[in-house]
Amino acid sequence: MSEGGIAEGDAREVVSKGRAVLGEGQRAERRLGLWLCAPAALVMLLVAAWPVVYSVLLSFQRYDLRFPGEKAWIGLANYGTVLASPFWWNALGVTLLVTVVSVALELVLGMALALVMYRTLLGRGLVRTVVLIPYGIVTVAAAYGWKYAWTPGTGWLAGLLPEGSAPLTQHWPALGVIILAEVWKTTPFMALLLMAGLALVPEDALRAAAMDGAGPWQRFRLVTLPLMRPAIVAALLFRVLDAFRVFDNIYVLTNGAQDTSSVSVIAYHNLIGGLNLGIGSTMSVLIFGVVALVAFVFVKGLGASAPGEVR
Amino acid sequence: MRWGRRSRAVLCAVLAAGAAGCGGGSGGVPVVNLYNAPQENLAVIVERCDREAKGAYRIALNTLPRGADDQREQLVRRLAAGDPGLDVLGLDVTWTAELAEAGWIREWKGAHAEQAAQGTLKQPLETARWHGALYAAPYTTNVQLLWYRSDLMPEPPATWDGLMKESARLAGEGKPHYGEVTGAQYEGLVVWFNSLVESAGGSILSPDGEQVALGPPAERALGVMRAFARSKAADPSLSNTKEDDARLAVEGGRAAYELNWPFVYAAMAADRPEMVKHFKWAPYPGLDGPGRAPLGGANFAVSRFSAHPEAAFAAALCLRDPESQRIAATKDGLPPTIEAVYRAEGMAEAYPMRDAILKALRTAAPRPKTPTYQNVSTVTAVTLSPPAAIDPPRTLATLKELIGDALQSKGVLP
Repeated sequence: MSEGGIAEGDAREVVSKGRAVLGEGQRAERRLGLWLCAPAALVMLLVAAWPVVYSVLLSFQRYDLRFPGEKAWIGLANYGTVLASPFWWNALGVTLLVTVVSVALELVLGMALALVMYRTLLGRGLVRTVVLIPYGIVTVAAAYGWKYAWTPGTGWLAGLLPEGSAPLTQHWPALGVIILAEVWKTTPFMALLLMAGLALVPEDALRAAAMDGAGPWQRFRLVTLPLMRPAIVAALLFRVLDAFRVFDNIYVLTNGAQDTSSVSVIAYHNLIGGLNLGIGSTMSVLIFGVVALVAFVFVKGLGASAPGEVR
Repeated sequence: MRWGRRSRAVLCAVLAAGAAGCGGGSGGVPVVNLYNAPQENLAVIVERCDREAKGAYRIALNTLPRGADDQREQLVRRLAAGDPGLDVLGLDVTWTAELAEAGWIREWKGAHAEQAAQGTLKQPLETARWHGALYAAPYTTNVQLLWYRSDLMPEPPATWDGLMKESARLAGEGKPHYGEVTGAQYEGLVVWFNSLVESAGGSILSPDGEQVALGPPAERALGVMRAFARSKAADPSLSNTKEDDARLAVEGGRAAYELNWPFVYAAMAADRPEMVKHFKWAPYPGLDGPGRAPLGGANFAVSRFSAHPEAAFAAALCLRDPESQRIAATKDGLPPTIEAVYRAEGMAEAYPMRDAILKALRTAAPRPKTPTYQNVSTVTAVTLSPPAAIDPPRTLATLKELIGDALQSKGVLP
């Protein structure tokens, strides 16, 4: 998170002055540097790039494990199938809804929690630890907790609802439960990131604003928020990318029944359950595309890559 | 592939020690790895077969997850990777075609096939066949029956119409009138639909499993499902009901009858002993007369990647021989596939309804046979849920399109 100590002073100077001024020794040093990091780069390519390339290759094939004899290259036909399927668009809609609603709720709640934690004087360590508990619980385990809580007969939460209601078996209530589980789980993470952001706000600026007669809300809106902007954008980037890949909660809570599949869940169902590597890989490639697009928008449009940069 | 095998070998070497998961000719007694759904007394059967084998093999019992989808997932993932650690596989009757078509299980031939077919009921044996060849040995079977409270419904009707009329009558008298069916969005909904289509004289797929059949019988079946879901018989939670919810609704006194597997009888005897004397069974209802009951059960197959197939075949045959089936039936409530076992010792007490089961088995409706059954079943359940929202002609058109796509592995699973 911190931008300090990334590079030494003279290295930065060399870069800023351009390439022409490199001496012989420096060039040798740079070559050596490249050689030294080559193995790491190679490993990265192997473990990160190859699976992506392999997915793309699979997405151009009819490849169903149950019909090993009918494997064939079929060009973009899988993309046609997936993009024409209402199941896919429904999953994308569910994913976007879960992402937008849960991240918005997390931002508001996380900010409130961050403010509380930042200003707490008494038992600061205890408060921070307690708040982080949900984030520390394994998602799948927490999801099972929610599942049983909302299941009639076994659940303390289902018991609060009218007799005979089973929220996880209906579309909108199930989506509500999924979003709730996501928010519960990751609000602490959001709060933690935002609390780091609060540290960026100098007390002097707040005191000066107070002197000028700004109320608490004005101080928050006009001083704290703008100064925290880089931290907020970074937190949003993390959470949006994370939420877009939502899988565990849905897998456990509904496994996609009642049209609650997210794109990750539907890709899993087609790849692992349906054994259809072609269709499943096509979905993976599409998901990869959307994630890359979101990251690009954040980095280029909102400057998430350079927290603290003056704009 | 070659690379995959080598990495597997390395993994096996690393994990070795027990060698249970890696098989291979390490000398000594071959270990046959059995993978089966959880079954309380399967260990008793395994022990017996170990004794009978007299050192020819030793069976290691591995238990799969509880849910059918999870079981299938674990099996197909490991088979797709060519895992040699699986030998005998306990399969749901609907998976035979898929695993056979993919080349993951061995055909049963010669003496093995003869022994597997000997004395075995026709319908369960049929579930172990694909394209005319035998790919598994039937272990247990199952049929649904109509279970009803004779204090509320003295004369069980033979048709769905009759059931709806009975419910209306009971509702008029202010008595429990719900009829429980498996209406949730899952395999059970497909089982219900398939049975109705077969009872109406049709089928979901053509006999070779390559084409969508459906047609007018399916449209009639859809009409019945919709009518039932909108009648007095429909429990408000019909679209959430699975087998166990149906059982509980009857045991709890909310429902007058249920369409369910025979396990409900033993459960009723245990949970509500005062109610069991009024708890009776009748043939599964149809459209114009008695219907074709849903058929369930499990078979044993031998993995293509097994390192010692001979021992695996022998073990599978022992695991499903008459004595093993008798133990499974009397201790775990799983109906046998060998006809003679129904007259075996202890069956009369464990299975008072055994004649009804045998009779229903003769006409029971198997589910469609296709390697893509998983896809067909998923899209069917999605399309039919909730049953009250079925619009017969429109739903039928959707089904035709989605099932057609699923058969060509073109379809997208939700």
